[in-house]
Amino acid sequence: MDLTYTPEEEEFRARLRQWLGKALPTLPAKPSPDDWPGRRAYDLGWQRMLDDAGYAGVHWDASPTTRLIFLEETERAGAPYVGANFVGLLHAGPTIAAEGTAEQRARWLPPILRGEEVWCQGFSEPDAGSDLAALRTRACRDGDDYVVSGSKIWTSHAEVADWCELLVRTDPSAPKHRGITWLAMPMDAPGVTVRPLRTLAGSAEFAEVFLDEVRVPVANRVGEENDGWRVTMVTLSFERGTAFVGEVVACRRVLGELARTARENGRWDDPVVRRRLGRLNAEFRALWRLTQWNVSEAEANRGVPGVGGSVFKLRYSHARQELYDTAAGVLGPDCLDLDRPWTLDRLSSLSYTIAAGTSQIQRTIVAERILGLPKGR
Amino acid sequence: MRFQLTDDQRALRDGVRQLLARRFDGAALRAAVAAAGPGGAVLDRALWRELGAAGFFALRLPEEAGGVGLGLPEAALVFEEAGRALLPGPLIATHLAAGVVPGAATGEVVVAAVDGGLVEWWAQADVVRGEPAEGTGLDGGVREGGVRERGAPDGGAPERGVREGGAPEGFVSEGFVSEGVVPVRSVDPLTPLHRVSGASGRSSGSASPGPAPNPVAVLLTAAEQLGTAARVCELAVQHARTREQFGQPIGAFQAVKHLCADMLVRTEVARPAVYAAAVTAGPADIAAARLLADEAALRNTRDCLQVHGGMGFTWESEVHLHLKRAWVRAQRGGGVTESEEALAAELVD
Ligand SMILES: Cc1cc2nc3c(=O)[nH]c(=O)nc-3n(C[C@H](O)[C@H](O)[C@H](O)COP(=O)(O)OP(=O)(O)OC[C@H]3O[C@@H](n4cnc5c(N)ncnc54)[C@H](O)[C@@H]3O)c2cc1C
Repeated sequence: MDLTYTPEEEEFRARLRQWLGKALPTLPAKPSPDDWPGRRAYDLGWQRMLDDAGYAGVHWDASPTTRLIFLEETERAGAPYVGANFVGLLHAGPTIAAEGTAEQRARWLPPILRGEEVWCQGFSEPDAGSDLAALRTRACRDGDDYVVSGSKIWTSHAEVADWCELLVRTDPSAPKHRGITWLAMPMDAPGVTVRPLRTLAGSAEFAEVFLDEVRVPVANRVGEENDGWRVTMVTLSFERGTAFVGEVVACRRVLGELARTARENGRWDDPVVRRRLGRLNAEFRALWRLTQWNVSEAEANRGVPGVGGSVFKLRYSHARQELYDTAAGVLGPDCLDLDRPWTLDRLSSLSYTIAAGTSQIQRTIVAERILGLPKGR
Repeated sequence: MRFQLTDDQRALRDGVRQLLARRFDGAALRAAVAAAGPGGAVLDRALWRELGAAGFFALRLPEEAGGVGLGLPEAALVFEEAGRALLPGPLIATHLAAGVVPGAATGEVVVAAVDGGLVEWWAQADVVRGEPAEGTGLDGGVREGGVRERGAPDGGAPERGVREGGAPEGFVSEGFVSEGVVPVRSVDPLTPLHRVSGASGRSSGSASPGPAPNPVAVLLTAAEQLGTAARVCELAVQHARTREQFGQPIGAFQAVKHLCADMLVRTEVARPAVYAAAVTAGPADIAAARLLADEAALRNTRDCLQVHGGMGFTWESEVHLHLKRAWVRAQRGGGVTESEEALAAELVD
């Protein structure tokens, strides 16, 4: 068990840190959360800066340890979050890289790396949430196209996306897991309607997407027809395995700020507040160690994350909610003030036990796939 | 960074697991409980010497000093196995005494230690050490006059007989034991306990926090708790797979499944915390390991009991032994509050 980094890794860290020191002050002002075109431009602009400096593909082709260092350093330096690049960089991109043809990789991967195209994820439907395989959006073959009709919901960043990784049903007569296909759908295709949904935090982070006879070329299919569920599992393992790594560093920073705020406003004198902060320190230290453990394991398994991501996600999503509940305790009545940053973060944290598979679903995955408990009737 | 067990570490863990499966299996555990009459559990001296021969106590002593020359990470793995197997005896105290108290390293001498005003295995120990003074660091520091030897350790049958309210026969009683040593009716049938009052007692609720707990003892206790957390998760899963109700294994019911999943999550989050603390030996890492491992052991033993239903509430099932040992270990190394306070203070340092 070795927690030290190699000289090459340390050199990577030092170079990155130096670059961040120079690059971050040149960033434009952060757009407001409601300014979607502004947010898109800002997030893509950051990705282009990364690309120019040679860091664009760090999520894909760097070793897991290098990626960990990248996430750690960018977060420490206060660099922008992946934002609108989330699905492209951490989700659709890795899936296309793993499952796509050479042509598909050449078409879709460079614009993601270059910060030119935004992707969104069209998996969930009104009647297919946790039971994702129950999805009903239909795709019928017509010549060289699929004709797609149905609706998707909770699609994050749909308003500003160029592409959608879309799950459709291509064989309604097959068992539900066997009739699904993974398509890349252009969001500007005729028949696509996006209707923003307001989240409880007040902003429109996700949307409903209505599909009315949208023509998607067969060439946009990743994987075989009706093999989309397997492709999806590849995608989900990326989402659950590595997508949240950088946030642990962020949580540790927030925790430090929280403790200092408590010292300033006097809440620190309350032993209950102090003990909660101490326990959270233990919690996020452990989650960081678990991250290092998982990254080292992935390093040994050539980068493909395992179901262990569910263990991390379960604990992390709960810890993050506890962090902001504790922040509310530190803020006192100020926790009701939407202009205090932690108030919005507290609201956002409520989605962590729901998005990307609810905690209940994750527990079932842990119990059945890791512990080998039987499926219920 | 390669934060995974090395091949050698894996082999060490497997070796210890095999040794304990051979020498202290479920039947031996039950026999030890049965043999523990009202006078408390009896230490198996032959097993103790075997553990000594296997390097259990001399693990971290340098090879020049006759030790195995391994480090804290290896010690954590070994004590995790001891925790899994519910191995009885003052293992950590004797391990920490290796190289300090003659005979401890080889398992000829059994060493107990005062911790939080309690001593585990007082009556059967050959040597009892006081609490380390402030700032004695990682060597399990013996406070001047803190070692009290009783008789000459002959390696034979343990010397028994506690004088009512006093020290064991032949025990040079002075200093920290001046006010006497009182036997406690221990909740854990396999951990006899004595209360030590007097100068260095850290009895719970006392105003002064007493000397800082030995960080290595805290870490190795966390490793034992981790072993328990993992073991009871396995026991619960085994039971959930085989016990049937309503025509299916109870493990097919989601309520049971989710209990088991939470047990695994607690274990697998505590594990890297404990291992990392063993690698860095940093005080904050150790405090975090302690909190996570205690939580995992205490809550997992409860959930394991719940999954076992009425069977879990019996004396016959081994579930209660894990639960009670976890309770005993949770009392070591100062209070949970102190660990939480230390980690809070670290945030604003
Ligand atoms: C902020 C946010 C962003 C999102 N972004 C996207 C996106 O970009 N693209 C996308 O496709 N989706 C997205 N989602 C959707 C998300 O994946 C789903 O919300 C999630 O999978 C749950 O589905 P549901 O909302 O239909 O809830 P339901 O499945 O209806 O669940 C409701 C409740 O029932 C419980 N439940 C359901 N089934 C079971 C079961 N078998 N056992 C036990 N309990 C069960 C759930 O745990 C939950 O508590 C997003 C969600 C959020 C909150």
